Amino acid sequence: MKEATDLSVLVQKSGEWLRGTGPESDIVISSRIRLARNLAGFPFIRKCSPEDREKIERQVRSRLENLPEWDEIPYVDIATLSEVDRQFLVERQLISREIADSEGSRAVAIDPSEQYSVMINEEDHLRIQVMHSGLDLLSAWEQIDRIDDAIEGEVLYAFHSKFGYLTACPTNVGTGLRVSVMLHLPGLVITQQIEKVFRSMQRINVTVRGLYGEGSQYTGDFYQVSNQVTLGHTEQELLEMVGQEVVPRIIDYERKAREFLIDKGQQDLHDDVSRALGILSTARKISSEETMHYLSKVRMGVNLGLIDDVQLATINKLFIHTQPAHLQKLHGRVLTTSDRNVQRASYLQRHLCGPADRTDELN
Amino acid sequence: MKCQYCDKPATFHITELTEPDGPQVLHLCEQHARNVLQKGEPTPVSSVAGALAKQLQLGQTKEELRKLDQKECPVCGITFFEFRNSGRLGCPLDYDFFEADLKPLLLNIHDSLEHTGKRPTRAAATADSQADLIRLRKEMEAAVDREEYERASELRDQINAIQGEPKRRGNAI
Repeated sequence: MKEATDLSVLVQKSGEWLRGTGPESDIVISSRIRLARNLAGFPFIRKCSPEDREKIERQVRSRLENLPEWDEIPYVDIATLSEVDRQFLVERQLISREIADSEGSRAVAIDPSEQYSVMINEEDHLRIQVMHSGLDLLSAWEQIDRIDDAIEGEVLYAFHSKFGYLTACPTNVGTGLRVSVMLHLPGLVITQQIEKVFRSMQRINVTVRGLYGEGSQYTGDFYQVSNQVTLGHTEQELLEMVGQEVVPRIIDYERKAREFLIDKGQQDLHDDVSRALGILSTARKISSEETMHYLSKVRMGVNLGLIDDVQLATINKLFIHTQPAHLQKLHGRVLTTSDRNVQRASYLQRHLCGPADRTDELN
Repeated sequence: MKCQYCDKPATFHITELTEPDGPQVLHLCEQHARNVLQKGEPTPVSSVAGALAKQLQLGQTKEELRKLDQKECPVCGITFFEFRNSGRLGCPLDYDFFEADLKPLLLNIHDSLEHTGKRPTRAAATADSQADLIRLRKEMEAAVDREEYERASELRDQINAIQGEPKRRGNAI
């Protein structure tokens, strides 16, 4: 692995999971799987001394370095990062808010394509995550399973013959597996069916939450569906529950809601998404909340063929790249909220104005 | 409308869909909304606390609860009271030490007590050897502090013997 102190390489590109491809990518943004693992012979993080944390970090790092495939994997010492850099990695979904805000020795190894990352000293000693574009849980599982096997060959995991992989919080014990599918559901929000749909989901062991970040779930229309239980089911069963039973049903409801909106008044819908694109393309200053709100409409417009000169990947990336730390990294300095609003508008204009620009890759 | 947590105007209206009693609407200022939304996954503390509250309502007297709260893991020193408040355990041995106390909680959260998923291919360390490892590490640190390096190196050998050598495999990632 190689020490990465400069995150500007990441700023200039976007993760694979944002490319807007893969099954059901008009509705499913990403499929994420994470595994929680702890090393045998160390207390869990809550009871670790600073020295314990350092030992865990050093031990995991040196063992990962034994894996030849990890030669080119950037390794980031989170403790030494600035607040903006930490926030940047959170926005990028490569680290959690918890590890960004905690103290003491902690790190993350990041795959250059951003498909996977391994956090060291989060709530558990190890949090491995894999993220793919679209509804792609099976290949995400195959990838994380291989990574887990490779790491397990190097370190001894805390494992219990009855309770499975032992975790700091009993909500993760057993498989340590959390499957999360990020869905974009503007149709269900506009038709006010979203609560009804999710209320029915509560009976089948899934959890639903809005997207993290500066926007609220109303503005971005993003919802994350995850498995609630981790003990007593195999990994395959949990994947099937989320990926084959729950998510396809929500996708179906969202498609029906979109069809209803088109039948009810295509002109109104077309007008609505075109105005949203107009505001994003011409505003001179714009808040994060407003950006999320209008990008959500534009994204639906692109998927329904009402806007044909903007790529889905561009919209997906704009959701992430217009967030506060991204703007500050792109600008190379700390910006006030008001400065960010101006920079955000200018950034949106650069990427949405003019047919030639609209299909450009963001950088 | 004012924020539920401060006097600023509530500009974010969030419907929390993960509450067991049905959707809960929050009216918040930008700062408090960000705090709520940045929590990521639903807080384990609240789900653990909820499950514990249900468990503790069932038949435990105040005296029994007081005794349980004082119960302390001999390896990491966490008390059940500390766990109840933080939602986090202190070490792998806690799953054995507090097993009877955790079972109703695990059943409440997962509706199961038996792992049926993936298992490590390496023989997992037993609960005892995991506890030994933690103890030996503490002893080794103390020996180093006292500059008893010979003792420290003996302890290191014992730790390595329990941990075993890492497997060498050419796993493609």
